[in-house]
Parts: sequence; structure tokens; C-alpha cells
Amino acid sequence: MKKLFGKPESLTTVNHKYCPGCGHGIVHRLIAEVIDELGVREKTIGIAPVGCAVFAYDYWNFDVTEASHGRPPAVATGIKRVLPDRVVFTYQGDGDLAAIGMAETIHAANRGENITVIFINNAIYGMTTGQMAPTSLLGMKTTTTPFGREAKIAGYPIKVSELLVTLEGTTYLARGAVDSAKHVLEAKKAIKKAFEIQLSGKGYSLVEILSQCPPNWKMSVPESLEYVRKEMMTQFPLGVIKDKTGMTV
Amino acid sequence: MKQLMKGSAALGEGAIQAGGGAYFGYPITPQNELTEYMSRRMLEERRVFIQAESELAAINMVFGASVAGARAMTSSSSPGVSLKQEGISYMAGCELPGLIVNVQRGGPGLGNISGSQADYFQAVRGGGHGDYQVIVLTPASVQEMYEMPSMAFSLSEKYRTPALILTDGILAQMQEPMELVKINAARSGDQSWILDGCKGRAPRKIRSLLMEEGALEAHNRHLQKKYIEIKNKEQRYQLINEQAEIMLVAYGVSARVCYTAVQEANRKGLKVGLLRPITVWPFPEKIIQELVPQVKAFLVIELSAGQMVEDVNLAVNGKTPVYFYGRAGGACVTPEEVIKEIGKI
Repeated sequence: MKKLFGKPESLTTVNHKYCPGCGHGIVHRLIAEVIDELGVREKTIGIAPVGCAVFAYDYWNFDVTEASHGRPPAVATGIKRVLPDRVVFTYQGDGDLAAIGMAETIHAANRGENITVIFINNAIYGMTTGQMAPTSLLGMKTTTTPFGREAKIAGYPIKVSELLVTLEGTTYLARGAVDSAKHVLEAKKAIKKAFEIQLSGKGYSLVEILSQCPPNWKMSVPESLEYVRKEMMTQFPLGVIKDKTGMTV
Repeated sequence: MKQLMKGSAALGEGAIQAGGGAYFGYPITPQNELTEYMSRRMLEERRVFIQAESELAAINMVFGASVAGARAMTSSSSPGVSLKQEGISYMAGCELPGLIVNVQRGGPGLGNISGSQADYFQAVRGGGHGDYQVIVLTPASVQEMYEMPSMAFSLSEKYRTPALILTDGILAQMQEPMELVKINAARSGDQSWILDGCKGRAPRKIRSLLMEEGALEAHNRHLQKKYIEIKNKEQRYQLINEQAEIMLVAYGVSARVCYTAVQEANRKGLKVGLLRPITVWPFPEKIIQELVPQVKAFLVIELSAGQMVEDVNLAVNGKTPVYFYGRAGGACVTPEEVIKEIGKI
């Protein structure tokens, strides 16, 4: 009998602690599928963030280390420079990557570190239960913007991928989403390309994934998916933002 | 063959000879010569050198390089070492080896750029958050600056905890004759925790987050057991004039000042000696306890407002008088001042 669907070898059987409707589980799986397809599970080292994905090392079936909040790009740099033939990636949320860790993000990108960054943008701090993130949309109500994010008080949502475009060191920057089957498949292609770029030694790649956080957004799962499509995608348009490789997906 | 070498360069060369595979630094005076030295020598040796974007990034690069199995190090000076404390706590929690060098300058705040010993508490009392210790070694000569990285790397690997070389702007900046003796570069300790890809083995994880009921307490018990073992086995010191009635206690550059003071005092017929801790964590409390019955007084000399004197007091436990003399804010003690203090006892 032909097997049509199963658990990727790069995932463990540990049950996720993610909330219903959360995008993290989907992206974990996409990464696992890509690593399986590229045949690199035994030479991959992942870096788990601080945030909801802090337990990622329990879910992936390859070597994973923790990193302090915001520092995964620095930790990845240390690992990759010592072991340049291994596959090294960070998995980071918006608070980790674009607030506390923005300096590490920009400088790892600027050095053109040959690593892959998977950036989950759900516009909120999930683990700490719903504070404003650097990517929270204007008007968005969070536990620290109870009247909605107001630019005068809290600035503007940061477009991380666009921000990194000007850096010579970045090779591939793309933005996807996991709100629909179509987008999930496109996101997987972008993740696969990012890892392929690393494997061919072409340098820094980042894939930003717009993800939904129904409980902290105070929405039902269908409402949260609509919010991703209507609001998030307006602020953060999907697509390839930069591609220096000329490689097609 | 002896040659003239600067303290910072000697430390850098010692780390290279000890097999240091990765160095990550960030500019701050008075340790820039070390970063500059490594920027040239590490590339010559085809090893990893990065000038990081911050001290935070540098210590986390050390974290990563250590995870990947390299002998990894960073160096900085006092304000920069404050920034590294988060990373050091994580390394202690994750039981990662690694070397941090603190070329101390005057504080608090930006302070000044003169040599100082005011970061003793930060070094030996943990520094960052949580119940942990790092192994702290204190060189007192350019020769020791050269030889100490090897000792630091191997203790750090043996016990899987970060090691810190606590030196200062004077020792780092001064030149004196030294010999490039052969350095032991053999890696020590268990290596079955390194992340290098799970080929032919089960995947590994490195973490300090332990949320399961009782897991963090058990981890802390394990760490404390290790720290007690280090305390029992690794106290190092140098003792000059063990029959002395007045025993100076000083480390690093203040021990150098005290050498001169001891010689001068001995010429005057005074029975003065010097106990120089080489490890300040673990603090050499056993030798102090052994000296208590014969010593009439301890005189602790530091370039601080009085920090190591607390450890001496803890070891002496009120059985013998303990005096202190120090200069804070980047000022240096002179041998004449030490002699004067001896005269007051």
C-alpha cells in the first residue's frame, strides 16, 4: 500500500502545547517536512526562541538548543562559524526577533551569515499573554495597548523583511502565511528555498510567516484567519521581498 | 627563551595555544589590544574571529560556539562584562563551558579606564540571575596571563561551567619578560552533549528551561553538588613566607604591589607574608583556616572599597583580626601605603 501522508521523521511524537488555531504547529511541520525532503535531519541544528515556541526542542527530532530572548541569531552565528557544513536555523517570534533581538537580527543579516531564519509574525506576545509586539497593527488592542496601538505612544508596526532589504548581506527574504492550504503550500516552498540557499552556501535567508493567535487576539479561529487576510496582509504583503539567487522556487 | 610581551597579547596567545577555536569581542578600553590581537592571530590560525555588534551578541556567540563543541571565548571590561551576565547565567544553566575575560576598569557606571578590582563580587557571587557560580582565575603576571587560558578552558570543560579570568587594565597593558612555554591544548571532560547534528545518535537538546514539577530544583541540586566538588578540589593559591605573623591577602595586580611590600617589610625584620589567591572562586578558604592559628592578623589589599575581604572574613570566622586597605575608583595602592598599613596593626 502506498503511504500518502504521515508524520515527518523530523518531528517527535510529543504533543504540542499550542492553543487551538495557532500557526506554530503548522510551521513546525513545514520545517520538518523540508528538512526530511532535503535529507539533512542528521546535520541540522535548530535554535528555539523565548516565546510560545520555547518548547520547540521537544517537537523537532534533531539537535536543538535554547537561546536567551532575542539572541538566536548570535547563537546561530557561533554554531555556524564553528560547523559551517551543518544546517543551522533560528525560529523566532516578533518580540524575540524585532524588539529585544533587533540588533542581533540586523547584524547577523548584515554579516551575511549562512543561516536560515524562520520568523513568526503574529503581531503579539503570545507566551506572556497578549502584550503589544513591534509588529502589532495600529489600532490593535493588546494588554499593553488597551485603547488600541496608537503611533504617537507606541510607534508603528515594523516591516522586518522590508527593513532588511537594504542590507547587502541578505540573500533571500520572503513573506508567507498559514491561513489557508494555498498559503501553507507557498510558505513551504519559501522555507525550502531558504534552506536550499543555505545548503548551497549562498548566505542569509529569512522567511517571515504571518500567523494567527486566536486567544490573544480575542477572536475565534475563523475570525483570526480573516484578520490575517484582511488586516495583516494589508500591512505585511505576501511574496518574495528580495532574491539575489535567481533560483526559482 | 624569554621575550617581552604585553599582558593582553600574552593572554590572547595563550588562548590560541590552548586550542581556542572561536573568539568574539566588542571594543572597550582597556581590553582593546586583546580583541585586536585576536583579530589578526585567529585568522592566521584559520579559526573563528568576529567583532560582534555588542557584548550581548558576543557572549551569545560564545554560547553557540560552545554548543557546537569549540573552545570559545570572549573578553571585555567591566561595563561590558555587566552586559554579558545574562549569557553567563544561561551558560551556567545549560552547563556549557566557555571562557570570559574581564579586564577590570574603575566603576560604577562608565567609571574610568584605569585598572581596578571592583568587579570581584560580580565575578564570585554569580553576577547574573539564579543560583550559580563560575570558576574565577586571577593572573598576577604576564606569564600567568599566557598560561591561564589553558587552565580556564580545561576546568570549564571538566565541570561544564563557564570560567572567568579576572584581570585588570594594569596587567593587560603592562609588558614584562615572559616565556612562550608549551601549553596543554587537550580538551577535557565529557563531550556527549555537543550539538553537531544527530548522525548515528539520538537528537540532543540544550536547555535551561525546566518547567516540569520539581525538575528545576533537581537541576539546581545537581549544579550545587558540582560547585561543592569544585570548592573541594580546585582551590589554588600562592603562599609566600608561610611562617609570617602578618599575612597579606591580595590577588592580581594588588598582589604584585604586595610582593614589593613584603620584601621591604622583611628587610625591616617584620614577619610579613603574602597569600595570593589564584582562584577567587573557589576561594582558597582551606589555607586561610590552616593559617589562622599562627597568623596574628590578616591584611587584605584590594583595588576596591573592600570585596574579597568578605571572603577572608568568612574563612577566618572571627578567630583572628582581619584588616583591610584598598583604593577605589581606578586608583592603585603603592607598596609604601601597604607598609604604612602594616605599621598600624
